[in-house]
This record gives sequence, structure tokens and C-alpha cells, in this order.
Amino acid sequence: MSFKRKDLLGVAVLSPEEMALILEAAEPFKEVSGREIKKVPALRGKTVVNLFFEPSTRTRTSFELAAKRLSADVVNFSPSSSSVVKGETLLDTARNIEFMQADILVLRHSSAGAAEILAKNSRLSVINAGDGWHEHPTQALSDLLTIKEKKGQVRGLRVAIVGDLAHSRVARSNIHALTKMGASVRAVGPPTMIPLFLQRLGVEVFHDFDKAIAGVDVVIMLRLQLERQGRSLFPSIREYARLYGLTAERVQRADKDVLVMHPGPVNRGVEIAHDVVDSGSAVILDQVSNGVAVRMGLMYLLSQRN
Amino acid sequence: MDSHEMTRALTRIAHEILERNKGCHDVGLVGIRTGGVYLAQRLKHLIAQIEHTEVVLGELDITLYRDDLSIRKGQPVLKKTDIPFHLSDLKIILVDDVLFTGRTIRAAMDGLMDLGRPAEIQLAVLIDRGHRQLPIRANYVGKNIPTAKEENIRVFLEELGEEDRVAKLINAGSPA
Repeated sequence: MSFKRKDLLGVAVLSPEEMALILEAAEPFKEVSGREIKKVPALRGKTVVNLFFEPSTRTRTSFELAAKRLSADVVNFSPSSSSVVKGETLLDTARNIEFMQADILVLRHSSAGAAEILAKNSRLSVINAGDGWHEHPTQALSDLLTIKEKKGQVRGLRVAIVGDLAHSRVARSNIHALTKMGASVRAVGPPTMIPLFLQRLGVEVFHDFDKAIAGVDVVIMLRLQLERQGRSLFPSIREYARLYGLTAERVQRADKDVLVMHPGPVNRGVEIAHDVVDSGSAVILDQVSNGVAVRMGLMYLLSQRN
Repeated sequence: MDSHEMTRALTRIAHEILERNKGCHDVGLVGIRTGGVYLAQRLKHLIAQIEHTEVVLGELDITLYRDDLSIRKGQPVLKKTDIPFHLSDLKIILVDDVLFTGRTIRAAMDGLMDLGRPAEIQLAVLIDRGHRQLPIRANYVGKNIPTAKEENIRVFLEELGEEDRVAKLINAGSPA
């Protein structure tokens, strides 16, 4: 089977076979990143444009390194220094990039569906690097790879996703990815942060973290978006940390081989305690390494699509 | 070529490797996926029998170094490169089943160079079928089999669930 898509817009549209194919393609690139000369000529002569309308260091750097290790040329566009401030529309910006003969466009945008609009209206391969509260597929795929590596398989695992699921594209992509691969997912958070539609995605909802964490194999902590404080989602950071923070005591309630994951950046002492971040259960940095490998595998597949 | 001929050819190559390199203390074998890996394993065993020394063995996937990656149809399947030793200062013997255009070997040499600086690269192939498109020549050849361009050579190996043999096919499959 080969990967036929022009774009990667979300996990919701991917079949389990397509996800497996991307993970399989990522595998050989882990070896490349471990070399002294971290470069292979697979995308020589191709151009990858990173178009990020929201601040991001980790994801943008990860895409940039992935493209560079494949020998592609990389251009970073950021709105503050581009024609966007002069009033150009998103589509016109993309068209211009297309007519500079770029091949892959990596887009992060605050509006859900932005990547899809560009994908439909240009010949570029578009990779969604986060669109509003919609999806962040490469993060979910990296998480899948990390879980698969550490646990052997995803099927049958119990996974808790904890935090502000209502405003999290990482959570949404992970729910799609994990349930399609046969894991059972528990959504954990205060009622203000758990949207009603989640149950339709086959997710079990918990408001009591201590109950939810019992026996789980994987805990995915979401970053508490501190900038949302004061919008009455939660009364205080201290109360949130007490009810929904991952402490060493809570980790004890999970399976003894539990994996603790976090998409970063981590608010130490808020959603996750210091000692948990630094414990043997945490695989947060493996997620980061796997992120580069998954993005390399994906760009390789997209470039081989002809 | 049948299985006896194949064993004899590989045994001769093992001896030639030892002779040319005056032993095998600074030699490493690297098989090119997929067929070359099995042949490299067999050479390792043969060398161990003759010289009572274990040489290091690696596996190389050349997909990412192909010169037709951006023009060919379909996605070549990526496999892992696994070279668990330092190449630098070793004499590396690249092992492949069939030498044809030479493009695979060019890609393999580029791949090796990215992993370190071998003292020397030598090439061992089971079959040389001619039609080179690059100035590349093997140091060790099991058998020269002249072919027409539209013919194809297939090496069947026990490790892949077949009886050891080499067959000439006409218009079958894509060229190696």
C-alpha cells in the first residue's frame, strides 16, 4: 500500500492503514537523526515553506529540522514580517508561495479549516501544523509512535487525556488517532473544559482525575493555557493544579508501567508536578525526537506521491 | 547457477577477500538491502570458518540515496539502515546480489560516506550482468552473466524461502 494523499489535514480522515504507513515511514529516519551527519538526500531540490500564523517554536523547529535533514530547502514565513500585515489574504499568500515553485507548505493558523482551504485551492502539498481548535495531526502521530515503541502496540491500551479538551487540537487529533488504533480513551477535566460532543467520538468522560487514572496505561497531560485564565473556565490555577495536576501520588494509581506524555511546553507545577516531569515514567522528550522522525517520514511520503 | 555453484562462488569470494586484505582484522561487511544482506551474512560465516575471526556486519538501505527518487512512479518501501560499528578506518566490503547499471552502488557509496570515512570501499557481487551506466567495477564477482537489456536476472535465496539459484528472466519485473 502506498500513501496517496496530496496533503495531511487531520487524523479524522486517515484510515488506520494510512496511519500505520506514516509510522512505518518514520522508523528509518530515527536512525538518520542519530547519525553524526544527520542528512539524507531524499528531498534534494524540493522546497518546504513553513507558514506559521501563531507563535510556535517547537513545532516549527521540528518541521524545519525534518525538512533540512531530508536536504530540502526551507523557508520560514511569519506574519509579522510578511505581506500579511499589508492586508494580503491567506489564499493569496499561499498562491504566491505556490508560484515560487515550492512543494510542501506547512501551515499553522488560528482558524479551523485554514489548511483545508489552501489544500483545495493550490497544487502544494499542505501539512496542517495546527488549525484553531481543530487538529494537529503530526503531534498525534508522533504520540502514536512513542506509545507504539514503548508499549509494543496501541490496541487495547487505556489512555487518559487530561486538561482543557475543549480548546485543544492536540486532544482532538489524539482522540481520533487512539480510538482508530483500538485504544480506549478517557477524557478528564472540569465540565467547562470537556465539550459535550466528545462522547460521540467514543470517549469516556470523567471529572474526577483520581477515578479516571486508575489502571491507565498512558496519561496525556494537556498544557493549561494560562492565557485563558479569567475566562471563567476555572476559578484559580491553584485549584486546577490540585484537582487536575498530575502528581507522583496520582501516578501511583495508574498502571505501574504507565507512560506520562505532554505535548509541551510544560507548565511545571501546574498540570504536571516537577518530579513527574523528571521521572522514569515521563516520555516527553521521546515525543519530541519522534516528532522529527514522523515529520521526516511524512514529508518523504508526500514527496513520493506522483 | 544452482545452489552448489552459488556456495562455491561465495567461498571463492571469501578467500579472495582474505587474500586481498591480508586477513580480515580491519574489514567490515555491509550488505545492500535486501539480497545483499543475506549474501553478506553468508560471507561472514564463510570467513569465520576459514579464518576463525568474526568480521563486523552491517545493513544498508539505499532508498533515500536513489537518483530516480523524484522521477519514478510509486513509493519505494523504506527500510532501516543498521550499521552497528564505526566505519572510519575500516575497509568496507559492499555486498550486493546483482551488479547492473552501477547506480545502486553509487547510491550505496554516498550512503556509506554519510556514515563515516571508510579507509577503502570494495565491492563484492554474486552476479555481474553488464550494462553499466556509471564507471563502477566490482572487486569480487561470483559469476559474469551476459544479458540483454530487456532480460532480467533474479537471485533466489534460501533466506527468502526459495531454493538457492540464479535465473535469467525475460521481460519480467522491473530492472534491479
